[in-house]
Amino acid sequence: MTAPVPRSAGWTRWLPLALFALFVALVAWGLYFPAGKDVPSRLVGQPLPEFSLPPAADGKPGLARADLAVGRPKLLNVFASWCIPCAAEAPQLAQLAAAGVEIEGVAVRDQKPDLAAFLARYGNPYSRIGADERSTVQLAIGSSGVPETFVIDGKGVIRHQHIGDITADDVPEILAKLREASQ
Amino acid sequence: MMRLLLALFAVLFALTAPLAAEDTMPPAPYAYRQLDDPALEAKAQTLMQTIRCLTCQSQSIADSDASMAGDLRSQIRERIAAGEQPEAIRTWLVQRYGDYISYTPRVTSLTWPLFAAPLAILLMAGLLLRKRFGRSGTA
Repeated sequence: MTAPVPRSAGWTRWLPLALFALFVALVAWGLYFPAGKDVPSRLVGQPLPEFSLPPAADGKPGLARADLAVGRPKLLNVFASWCIPCAAEAPQLAQLAAAGVEIEGVAVRDQKPDLAAFLARYGNPYSRIGADERSTVQLAIGSSGVPETFVIDGKGVIRHQHIGDITADDVPEILAKLREASQ
Repeated sequence: MMRLLLALFAVLFALTAPLAAEDTMPPAPYAYRQLDDPALEAKAQTLMQTIRCLTCQSQSIADSDASMAGDLRSQIRERIAAGEQPEAIRTWLVQRYGDYISYTPRVTSLTWPLFAAPLAILLMAGLLLRKRFGRSGTA
């Protein structure tokens, strides 16, 4: 019998350790840079689905797809009176409306008195508000929460989706996307 | 004693009061109600258990009490009752939310390594074992 041949020579000896180190690095990466929780709509770049919602507030008409394909870009704001960030973005929506942006609203799972109180308190920047009582339109456009704001071009194509409340810093981007959509 | 207990309960309730706002809308008709036809209900259940709740992202819509999950359950039951196939509804949802909404992974250009890795590892293990046994055989 000869002396046993070393099972692995040179660098292959370190291969398991290297693989383990790679695995640890991967886990550490995942821990320190967790994936975002936002679920973007896959319908960005595609036409809005057909829908028609009854009015959600007295004095404002309801909202249908046809209202969002009228030759000029508009904002479609998915919101609710029971949603706290929706109140936080109200000043920014007011600012956009004051700048001449047309904002159409979809009120998700909202009761008329609640919505009326919300609009009275935080302002009403909307041209129309549709009542989405069972999140039907929200699901149909791939929105995963409130508030979300979609830039819709004049042909009714979704051009941009903003997830979460619009902060003061987001306003220029929204305006830029609206300009892009009008070209 | 009773008073103390009541006070304790009051404190507990105050602590467990929801931090996030919830709507006051009653749940959609089929959010918490099964379909009358057990076969259709079973179809709906199977689908709902593999659709992710977008509000509570680690739960399926079958497990979640989020209002949006309830609305989606109701919609799925209504669509299945109307004759739609569960996989057609899954496709409809994936078109809107991407593969993320489905708990049943598909083989795509992005996910194929997940399916290929076990096969590759098995193959590698087989080769290694053969090498090792081959060596001890000749030694």
